Amino acid sequence: MVIDLDKCTGCGACSVACQAENNVSFREDESIKLRSIAWMSLFQLNNGSNYPDYKYAILPRPCMHCDSPHHAPCTFVCPVNATTRDENNGIVTHIYPRCIGCRYCIVACPYHARSFNWWDPKWPEPMESMLSPDVSTRMRGVVEKCTFCHHRLLKARSKAYVDGTDPDKAIYTPACADACPAKAIVFGNLRDPHSEAGKLSKDPNAFQLLKKLGTEPKVYYISTQDWIKKLSDNAVTQKS
Amino acid sequence: MDRALIPQGLKRCSLPVFGLWTLVLLIVIGWGVFAGGVVLLKAMNVTGLNDYFGFGAYITADLAIIALGAGAFFSGFLYYGLSRFFPALKELGKIINLAVVVGFVCYTGALAVLVLEIGQPLRGWFGYWHANVHSMLTEVIFCISCYAIVLIIEYVPIILENRKLGEVKPLNVFGHSMHDIMAIFALTGTFLSFFHQGSLGGVAGVLFARPYAYRTGLFIWPWTFFLFILSAIASGPAFTALICRAIEKVSNKKVVDRSVYELIGKIEGVLLSVYIILKIADTAYWGFFQSPRLGLKLGDFYWGPYGIWLLIAEIGICGVLPAIILLSPAGRKSNFLLFGAFLLDIAGVSLNRFVMTIPAIAAPVMPFDKWHVYIPTLYETAPILAMLAYCVLIISLSYRYLPLFPREKELNRT
Repeated sequence: MVIDLDKCTGCGACSVACQAENNVSFREDESIKLRSIAWMSLFQLNNGSNYPDYKYAILPRPCMHCDSPHHAPCTFVCPVNATTRDENNGIVTHIYPRCIGCRYCIVACPYHARSFNWWDPKWPEPMESMLSPDVSTRMRGVVEKCTFCHHRLLKARSKAYVDGTDPDKAIYTPACADACPAKAIVFGNLRDPHSEAGKLSKDPNAFQLLKKLGTEPKVYYISTQDWIKKLSDNAVTQKS
Repeated sequence: MDRALIPQGLKRCSLPVFGLWTLVLLIVIGWGVFAGGVVLLKAMNVTGLNDYFGFGAYITADLAIIALGAGAFFSGFLYYGLSRFFPALKELGKIINLAVVVGFVCYTGALAVLVLEIGQPLRGWFGYWHANVHSMLTEVIFCISCYAIVLIIEYVPIILENRKLGEVKPLNVFGHSMHDIMAIFALTGTFLSFFHQGSLGGVAGVLFARPYAYRTGLFIWPWTFFLFILSAIASGPAFTALICRAIEKVSNKKVVDRSVYELIGKIEGVLLSVYIILKIADTAYWGFFQSPRLGLKLGDFYWGPYGIWLLIAEIGICGVLPAIILLSPAGRKSNFLLFGAFLLDIAGVSLNRFVMTIPAIAAPVMPFDKWHVYIPTLYETAPILAMLAYCVLIISLSYRYLPLFPREKELNRT
């Protein structure tokens, strides 16, 4: 996934679409932000200057689906193999009925991309009947996170199979990328140099969050503004 | 009935006094059980944990109590394993029963709290069934449960030494037969305990995306693996000795020779010194070499309540200071200094477990992230206090009804 921060208006459509698509539960009182479940969070960045030099940007943060060799930070530590990386497509998934809720993966993730279900999920009437049938809801006491809309991949693969094409070459778009009005989110195969995402990830203005940690995130950001790039990594911040 | 259960020739406080003491402990346990029940029924939203602090008071208490319970395996290793080569270690036989009881209560107490820590306690057994061999937590789950079983096996013959139970011949024979093979269990326990003390260190050390906790490795483990083993054996026997001293103070009796304390002091002094030298080297490497490579300075890891005082307290006041006291013969001769050093030693190791759990995840990793502070709720502190009360209760019952200290009778002849 490649997210162009210069195009992002911070409208939050990606986050809302994600919430609806993936049956992300919410509570009437969401004032405790550290307990809100959000697969796509929006971080507000600023350049630390005062008016008139003040600048800000919004950074949408899905799961980075880390590509670090051997294991992602979270899959490495899960004691029950509830979170694993599919080595065919690189997506880090979470098996909810297997998760024991130890939260070791939450501790391991430096991007805070994982949320714990602190309460039983409930939707007010009639929202329960509007839940997506393709995504299972999560019970309390388990961890959940962005799956790059894995269910859409499964659908695309099934369709490819029915159409007689190669399921491994099936293309799909996650809900966040679909919903973005500014087309700031581009999704595709990073390993395919001809895909749009593959090309954008090689853009000179493309960067990854916390690259120095060796997590090898599969989400790239693009920005022409140096102060944003500096905020991507402590190492970059210090060097400058 | 109560008098008939007390070991022959030993004096204990009257039943009403003991009953009152037990009642106080049971009230604390009841409070903790109630709080734990609420956590299980109403879910973990009643705790102070959140998506920033995935680990909190439960894990800190578990790590600390397991480190302090290391007196059981390490004393067993010294007594059953090394004393044939170093006869001076035979002195530890005078405190070995207490070490086993302390280990037993620490491990079983920690397991009980661990049930509250996981969001889906009914799935706790998945750790055995769907084990991820790469996860340090898997190693912890396997080793702790195996070692808890070993501790139960080690505790049973001590229970069977009870005066009334000893009168039942089959039980007596069974107890003595188990005593004969205890060395095997003690050494099995040593093997298991070495591994899980280490893997508890590995739990933090393998977090390669958390610069506060992450350490590079020796062999296949991060070196926190070895630091945790060393710190546990440098504090566990001191904890046992401190409990023994507390029993002496409360019961107003001598239960072990002073030479036992001095021997433990000498052993702990050496181990603590080695540990603290390695810990200083680890901190220096982490702060001045490893972290700068990730764009961080030592100062970036300390802020607000999680300030640099943690480092000074852990390494200086609760590390270097007790190590110096315990290494000096004069320090070991003075009760105040000896037991004060033991207290500082166990405080330092507990503080280390706290630092590697809470401040380690409080420190922001993304440059635009913020520090957060974790405050546990009563639903976390009550079960922890109940676990401690449970430890005290079992130790009290064991002291009252079991011949824990082989020299007690001789030492208290008037």
